[in-house]
Amino acid sequence: MATKRTTKTKTSAPVTLPKVLTGIAGLDEITGGGLPKGRPTLICGEAGAGKTLFAMEFIVHGAMQFNEPGVFVAFEEKAEELTANVRSFGYDLNKLVAAKKLRVDHVHIERSEIEETGEYDLDGLFIRLGYAIDSIKAKRVVLDTIENLFSGLSNQAIIRAELRRLFEWLKDRGVTVIITGEKGQGTLTRQGLEEYVSDCVIMLDHRVANQISTRRLRIVKYRGSDHGTNEYPFLIDNEGISVLPVTSLTLANRVSSQRVSTGIPSLDEMLGGKGFFKGSSILVSGTAGTGKTSMASYFAYESCRRGEKCIYFAFEESPEQIMRNMKSINVNLEPCVKDGMLIFHASRPSLHGLEMHLLVIYKMIKKYKPKTIILDPITNLVSVGTVSELKSMLVRLIDFLQREQITVLFTALTLNTNVNEQTDEGVSSLVDAWLTVRDIEFNGERNRGLYIMKSRGMKHSNQVREFVISDHGLELVEVFLGPDGVLTGSAREAHQLLEATDDALKTFALGRKDREIARKSLMLEAQIGNLRSEFDSVKEELNKLYMEEELKKEVRKNNLEKITTLRRGGKTNSGSSTTKK
Amino acid sequence: MSKKPEDIKERLKLCLFVTGASPNSMRAIANLKTICDAHLGKEYDLEIVDIHQQPMLAAEQQVIALPMLLKMAPLPIKRLIGDMSDTDKVLKGLGLSK
Repeated sequence: MATKRTTKTKTSAPVTLPKVLTGIAGLDEITGGGLPKGRPTLICGEAGAGKTLFAMEFIVHGAMQFNEPGVFVAFEEKAEELTANVRSFGYDLNKLVAAKKLRVDHVHIERSEIEETGEYDLDGLFIRLGYAIDSIKAKRVVLDTIENLFSGLSNQAIIRAELRRLFEWLKDRGVTVIITGEKGQGTLTRQGLEEYVSDCVIMLDHRVANQISTRRLRIVKYRGSDHGTNEYPFLIDNEGISVLPVTSLTLANRVSSQRVSTGIPSLDEMLGGKGFFKGSSILVSGTAGTGKTSMASYFAYESCRRGEKCIYFAFEESPEQIMRNMKSINVNLEPCVKDGMLIFHASRPSLHGLEMHLLVIYKMIKKYKPKTIILDPITNLVSVGTVSELKSMLVRLIDFLQREQITVLFTALTLNTNVNEQTDEGVSSLVDAWLTVRDIEFNGERNRGLYIMKSRGMKHSNQVREFVISDHGLELVEVFLGPDGVLTGSAREAHQLLEATDDALKTFALGRKDREIARKSLMLEAQIGNLRSEFDSVKEELNKLYMEEELKKEVRKNNLEKITTLRRGGKTNSGSSTTKK
Repeated sequence: MSKKPEDIKERLKLCLFVTGASPNSMRAIANLKTICDAHLGKEYDLEIVDIHQQPMLAAEQQVIALPMLLKMAPLPIKRLIGDMSDTDKVLKGLGLSK
């Protein structure tokens, strides 16, 4: 069904039926170019559904933007009342009237003044209308609401015949007409106006479910043209009507490989060192008080620092509250807000229905053109719809954001029971990256452990990191894998201290051993010295003996020679030879 | 029924809006003439306006259905629409019936 409607809105380009733009945001997309030109269109709905405003916008936009003057025939309100009513939307009817772009004709039928005395026709209305159209060369006509004729006049047969003639006549004049009609019991309009208007019927609806009202619009019929058949939520705010066209679901969005930092260096580190992909969707889930908003604020702050606009949709806290709280962790968002880089939009989820929230987000994005948006938290939105409704809304939102290349960060609250991880289940498959912060309860304290559940298309850490929030900000600390398992918080710190002590002791012990060895070696060194000197003295002794022997030998030889010389009486030479024998 | 001066403190001021020579208009003029002649004598002013000739008047005088007889005076203002064939209703509308 979803894909069908997109193809319908998309393939309406080759238009055979001439159409006129309404200028109502979003409607021209659904109808593929506006209302059928030169034909009547019926707008029906309950009281307060926005019929008159719809019709007025058609006329005013025609006069202001498309240079098509218009005649507004009011059967209910006086011209002054109408002027006052639409002034709040910024339309100055008097100016348009003066510029001959608009003509308001108040048709007043006072039942008590009228007496029917026989056959009549509605020529008076024809003449008035004809005169009004001619006087400003009108291309657009609104009859709001022609059903009042039925209450003013009693001869239904005449009215019906005349209405048929009126619409034929208007078609002949080639003006595009909007007829409004009150919704009847079981019929589109109370008086069965749809019988006369067979070209285009649009129904406006104002439904209240769970005390929350949502306005919806549906094209019941559009002869000769493709159109979206679904109910489209629409919004009436200070800029008038805007319809939210369901964005394409063809999954043909362009993607970016550009990366954006999370604002937390250690988290970037976990995501391949660079952070998320630009234009991706990120879900941060966790139990209460796990720092989801802090993480979102970091991301917003980082976006602003890069010079990229960011819109923060807060569904739980007021902007002041967030700013104050974030100051405590060293994130000062106030300058960003002052610069206009960060725009806060805080609303209670119960302010209006889901579709309306989507519409508001859509409008804000169109207005401010941010690069990053934050929804904090999406879980609160479940209170105004069911999980499946929320999912369908988020699908469309993500789709739209992807098309606009806007990075989005959702936060989601998960309950501790684990049974109720609804939003995770509903949304996690849609998002590109999913971080979850879990409580790790151990050793009488709660600590936060951050996991990257998934991160499409990039290398990411499989490690649990302890998520520490301090005065300086957010930080991811490696958890300690001790013999008792994962240690966090004070247990981690205690363990780290223990390790440090161990280290100190070890180094001390090592030092002692070293010194002992040094001493021993010194001792041995000394011993070696002793031995060496002993050895030297022994060697010297030996040398001495040897020298003495030599000396003795020499002396003895000399003595012998002397003696021999003496004996031979001067023949000392022969004497020496004999001694040798 | 004859005229009753005590009922008519003011002269009847009437204005009949018609569209050209349409059958309804012709009938209305004729019927009105008859009624007035029979019941009012000369105690009234009647203006017949062809709205085709003066379309601005249609918006001014809140003309929707035609033919329409507008009784401007005496008050209350009454608008009698139709071809004036229902004499009783015309008289009632003009405040002439009992």
